[in-house]
Amino acid sequence: MELTGADIFVRALQDEGVEFLFGYPGGAVLHIYDALYRQDKVNHILVRHEQAATHAADGYARSTGKPGVVLVTSGPGATNAVTGIATAYMDSIPMVVFTGQVPTHLIGNDAFQEADNIGITRPCVKHNFLVKDVTKLAETIKKAFYVATTGRPGPVVVDIPKDITAQKAEYHYPDKISIRSYNPVHIGHPGQVKRALSMMLDAKRPILYTGGGVILGNAAESLTALARALNFPVTNTLMGLGGYPATDPQFVGMLGMHGTYEANMAMHHCDVLIAVGARFDDRVTGNIEKFCPYAKIVHIDIDPASISKNVKVDIPIVGCVDNVLKAMLVELGNSTAQTDAGALKDWWQQIEEWRSRDCLKFDRDSDKIKPQYVIETLYKITHGDAFVTSDVGQHQMWAAQFYLFDKPRRWINSGGLGTMGFGLPAAMGVQFAHPDATVACITGEGSIQMCIQELSTCLQYSLPIKVINLNNGYLGMVRQWQEFFYQKRYAMSYMESLPDFVKLAESYGHVGMQITRPADVEGALIEAMKLKDRLVFMDFLTDPEENVYPMIPAGGGQNEMILI
Amino acid sequence: MENEAGALSRVAGLFSARGYNIESLTVAPTEDSSLSRMTLVTSGTDEIIEQITKQLNKLIDVVRLMDMTEGPHIEREMMLIKVRAQGEHRNELKRVSDIFRGRIIDVTDQSYTIEMTGAGDKLDAFVQALEPGLIIEVVRTGVSGIGRGDRSLKL
Repeated sequence: MELTGADIFVRALQDEGVEFLFGYPGGAVLHIYDALYRQDKVNHILVRHEQAATHAADGYARSTGKPGVVLVTSGPGATNAVTGIATAYMDSIPMVVFTGQVPTHLIGNDAFQEADNIGITRPCVKHNFLVKDVTKLAETIKKAFYVATTGRPGPVVVDIPKDITAQKAEYHYPDKISIRSYNPVHIGHPGQVKRALSMMLDAKRPILYTGGGVILGNAAESLTALARALNFPVTNTLMGLGGYPATDPQFVGMLGMHGTYEANMAMHHCDVLIAVGARFDDRVTGNIEKFCPYAKIVHIDIDPASISKNVKVDIPIVGCVDNVLKAMLVELGNSTAQTDAGALKDWWQQIEEWRSRDCLKFDRDSDKIKPQYVIETLYKITHGDAFVTSDVGQHQMWAAQFYLFDKPRRWINSGGLGTMGFGLPAAMGVQFAHPDATVACITGEGSIQMCIQELSTCLQYSLPIKVINLNNGYLGMVRQWQEFFYQKRYAMSYMESLPDFVKLAESYGHVGMQITRPADVEGALIEAMKLKDRLVFMDFLTDPEENVYPMIPAGGGQNEMILI
Repeated sequence: MENEAGALSRVAGLFSARGYNIESLTVAPTEDSSLSRMTLVTSGTDEIIEQITKQLNKLIDVVRLMDMTEGPHIEREMMLIKVRAQGEHRNELKRVSDIFRGRIIDVTDQSYTIEMTGAGDKLDAFVQALEPGLIIEVVRTGVSGIGRGDRSLKL
């Protein structure tokens, strides 16, 4: 039987097993919305702005490993989605975004709500498709999911002109698909694995530097097993938190610009660096000329283009990190060689000395609320078991430093693009995927206002997210840089006329709380967590002058930190 | 690469987004109508060329990629050049064109249009050999390349 393009679209999503479709209707996608109305397998979630649809799908994807799916209309619907697509692209998040397009005969005519979606999204997608033939629609959707979820994941856009959704074709959804020019490597080269392991066993001062690839590649277990078998220290990137248990003694904390003293010093002094699913981002390396001056480098990554992009490596291994780490474990089991226990003992002694510097200490006697204390308390009362999303800025760094993630996919933040406004809609996606879990959105008064309209979506779907607003009245990270590097000229980093967040939350139908004294922090958080079926917006008025430490200033090496 | 709308702009977009240099670029369909062949001339350190290679390979429309300069290969480019040809210049231009194995394909009483193929440096040399005031217009196709002998880029 022939189906319309709109029905083909919906059937394909059903056959793909899509649970949630985050979107916003409009003229070009009305046939599709009509088809969605006539079924009940795919749940469409109506957001309040298309950017939020992409972030919600992104949060869903990060917390489940399944692709996030978005539907927006043509023109402004698609352009509003671009920030979320770029966010997902920078962090390699599997996502399929369907954009409406004006009818085929109007493309290029400057028609109402027309934009060149393919052209606009090209630099921030893994791939994109324009569907020009209804008989190719189902196959294109299959290809989109295949490309988005395999190899190094990423967002894929499918642009569907309105007339295609009205035309009819036979429906056939392929089980498998292959693309002749797209064959991601899965297994690491066995010779390289052997060489890497032998270098690792010879190491005197090794460190495992692991990133988002461990989370995306579901390799946390293998990483933990390998690190423990070797007794090597582990540091995570911002994207890699949760890839190794943060409460484990072998974990030395996050590295990079606001990483721990022990992690950065261990990086600087290591003789063998094993990079796993990490990409030597500038926020990690600091000044590249001064990066890991004594190290031989092993780099495991699924994307060959990530290897030797910023830093020349000695042993590249292309493959799924989980497969490669497992192959290393097998190789280690078969090997007669052992680690240099004496050297490792000295190395650990040195690391413990760095650790004793207690680089994350903060003033616990202040009469102002310290943001670090709020997050520490949140960690304590949620037993480290919440899903935590964040926005971008100081609060993001404090969340990364003070909420200890023992499991992967619990820490959801925009690390690559650094998108303010990400936290709340991402938390929605997480809460849809995990309806019974505690989901906390750690944010600031700057970021939260970039997607605040989603409080309305949260009410419509009864999402009991706990918003932790660390309100210091400043765009804190901007203010911190202006304090350090612009002689305290606080240009545009202070926001006057902030809303009354308690009333704002209440007007959206939620519970609002304002907390002004350190002594009230714990009680308020406990009270908020008890409201299991309500969104609680907690406005913590925090110390406006607090800075994120340690800090590697721009141009500095990893051993050149500003410490408190 | 796939002979599809948008494939060329993906390549061009990659180069501009990552700040790589395109010196010339030619593209046309092949005997297999699903495939186009592109020859792109770029420059950079070994590290940059390695990155360009890897990034191009990541594009889903790029089916196979070969760095011609890694082995023996032939480069050819065609140029059409219109020159002012009057008085004593007419014979001189004909002679120089012959030396470079150019062909005069259009003649008026004021001008010649010369067609010339060769490696880029030969075409450069011809342009250099002419008096600058005589050149009216230069059109170059950009370089096409192919491996020597058994070396080939085939699926």
